Amino acid sequence: MTDPVPYDQLLSILVRDEPRVLTRITALFGRRGYNIKSLSVGNTEHPGVSRMTIVVHGDRGVVEQAIRQLEKLHDVMKIIDHSLEKYVDRELVLVKVAITPESRVEVRQIAEDFRSRIVDVGRHALTFEVTGDEGKLTAFIEQMRPFGILETMRTGRIALTRGSNAEIASHIYHEGETQTLRPVVEGVEAREERARGVPNLF
Amino acid sequence: MTGAKALWATLANHGISTVFGYPGGAIMPVYDALTYYPEVRHVLARHEQGAIHAAEGWAKATGEIGVCMATSGPGATNLVTGLADAMMDSVPLLAITGNVARHLMGTDAFQEADITGITLPVTKHNYVVRDVEELPRIIAEAIRIARTGRPGPVLVDIPKDVQMAAYAGEIPTPHARPEIPAPTDESIGRALELLRTAKKPVIMAGGGSLDASAEITALARAWDIPVITTLMGLGAFPASDPLWLGMPGMHGSVAANRAISEADVLLGIGLRFDDRVTGRVNGFAPNAAIIHIELDAAEIGKIIRTHVPVRGDAKVAAARLTEGAVKGVWPEWTAQITEWKGRNETPEHWGAGYAVKAVVDRLTPDDILSSDVGQHQMLAAQLARFERPRRWLNSGGLGTMGFGFPAAIGAGMAEPGVRSVVIAGDGGFQMTAQELATLKMYDIRNVKICIINNSYLGMVRQWQEMFHGKRYSEVWLGDSNPDFLKLADAYDVPGYRASSAEELPAAIDAWLADPKSALLEVVVPHEHGVFPMVPAGAALYEMIESDPGRAVELKAQLADAPMNEVNDA
Ligand SMILES: Cc1ncc(C[n+]2csc(CCOP(=O)(O)OP(=O)(O)O)c2C)c(N)n1
Repeated sequence: MTDPVPYDQLLSILVRDEPRVLTRITALFGRRGYNIKSLSVGNTEHPGVSRMTIVVHGDRGVVEQAIRQLEKLHDVMKIIDHSLEKYVDRELVLVKVAITPESRVEVRQIAEDFRSRIVDVGRHALTFEVTGDEGKLTAFIEQMRPFGILETMRTGRIALTRGSNAEIASHIYHEGETQTLRPVVEGVEAREERARGVPNLF
Repeated sequence: MTGAKALWATLANHGISTVFGYPGGAIMPVYDALTYYPEVRHVLARHEQGAIHAAEGWAKATGEIGVCMATSGPGATNLVTGLADAMMDSVPLLAITGNVARHLMGTDAFQEADITGITLPVTKHNYVVRDVEELPRIIAEAIRIARTGRPGPVLVDIPKDVQMAAYAGEIPTPHARPEIPAPTDESIGRALELLRTAKKPVIMAGGGSLDASAEITALARAWDIPVITTLMGLGAFPASDPLWLGMPGMHGSVAANRAISEADVLLGIGLRFDDRVTGRVNGFAPNAAIIHIELDAAEIGKIIRTHVPVRGDAKVAAARLTEGAVKGVWPEWTAQITEWKGRNETPEHWGAGYAVKAVVDRLTPDDILSSDVGQHQMLAAQLARFERPRRWLNSGGLGTMGFGFPAAIGAGMAEPGVRSVVIAGDGGFQMTAQELATLKMYDIRNVKICIINNSYLGMVRQWQEMFHGKRYSEVWLGDSNPDFLKLADAYDVPGYRASSAEELPAAIDAWLADPKSALLEVVVPHEHGVFPMVPAGAALYEMIESDPGRAVELKAQLADAPMNEVNDA
């Protein structure tokens, strides 16, 4: 609502590691027509807690609404809105590039420039692993495109806030029950506070 | 102790006195264990939809959690409509379903349905109990979730072998109710500032304001602010108070819709700005700064741009806004409101409106009025005068035909000393008419059924008349309706009938005086419209006040509106 221009926004969501939790989250986005651009899920340092990084494409109002709807889900323990913080993010991609005896050297050289590793070597193809931010991955794929890209697979972005956790602008839910998260959340400023000044937040 | 017994023990510990349900193969251990727990009453409905709407009626009348249960597969899927209904209207509800044994789950076994998958979008949360050790804890947690914050339905699915497994643990007692967050000083301060500078303020109270009724009443009177109550909020402010303007929205009062359109400050309390309330969103309260008091943060700014969000308990917020009150300094506004209120018409000629008015005029402030869905519902909402909250039960958000009668039974069982009246259409009544058997079986004496029989699916007919060139497609019931009195008689329910204004008073007297639950059929003219009306896609100030002729004109104006907006009766 405050910014009508849609752009990619990153959310990290800590959820109870229970059956259907992924369905619940994605169903919420799907039903409201918010398009998830990428989604990665994995375990965390806390047993029973999974972490998702979601990239949503939309304007600020869409993401605000998504966060508020997510807050209501019983499985959601914590939401980190990376637009309020500095963060690091990475993505991994596997790219299989066609090669010929003539192109082989050039392809390897480009890969080296990107600090990419070769993970599979075939007679007619090389498979590379590249990690980095979105821009780097896109640049890599564009460089390789002229040689013939046979297959790619991207993991989707993952993100962590920079600095100590005490500065994370996040919402914590159901504190009574989530003892495991206690040490992490101590001293956390409520998102409300952080977001002060942004119209239409509390 | 089995899981099934642990279930009943947990329910009993939570003060659950009544469960509405229907048995079947996958929940038989639970029904078997029921025989050991006489402290919990099970009410056998005649359809799972009847059971869940009865549980909703119980919850809506009392504010306490309603509980229903069903077997796996078809039993469970029959609950879906009620769950969606409870979700939309924020009704605290616990639904318990049986399922096939764990080793059969996911194999398309007999009467298996993935009910947690099916109900995911229409429950606040749901569970499959995979371990009997978890069962009582999950039930306790489900009850807590259902009634915490913005209430809603929670479903717990229990595989048959878990019901039969041995349980040796504790039986949990209720969770303490968590405190509802209080609004921040800053938000209250900003709201007060707006109220102080207002010239044409109006309060709009919704379903989330029912428990703050006393505080809202004090607030409005302290400032002299007129109050509009939504369909879900009827009763949150006494109708007898001169400040009350009626209901807003599609079939709202002229006064309410005008006031919204003219207001400079709109104080919304416990509501979600449903499209039936707002009309065309960019024409809603076009001149007003909006203060929105709401517990559910997701509702603030969802539909309507909010200038001052006040998140938290409506009780606390209303009380705090009363503290700084300055008695109304807006005589012109008050005069304007009085003039609009004066235009409120009551039906003079024989028809559905006349009949509904005659019935609701006979209600006392303690009576519970439940309605089904259709023209009669809107007429009842327009014409009934509620003095206190939780006396008006209806399906606001989902608009579920078949809701009214079982809900009246549930409310009637919750408050046996109170008259529980239902107004239904001839169409909707037939969706759950079999619950007449429930009246008979439990000898329920305080449910009074009124069927407004217009031989049509009236509300759809009205839309066809106004927006589809009077092409009355598939809405005529006249040739196939049962003789409602004979139908009632088949269940030993006394029946009365009136077909004219002259017959009506005596019929109402006899119907209400009957010591048993009774049915009154009022036969009204076929064609009758509900007005005022704001057509879908129009703004509140484009309301058709009474003259259906305007419909044609509006139809032309709305020609550009997307058809789905115009069509969704
Ligand atoms: C389960 C369900 N099916 C369909 C509808 C659509 N619908 C809304 S009002 C209405 C007509 C209701 O007719 P009746 O019960 O006779 O009441 P009346 O409008 O005549 O008072 C219909 C079919 C609905 N709301 N619910």
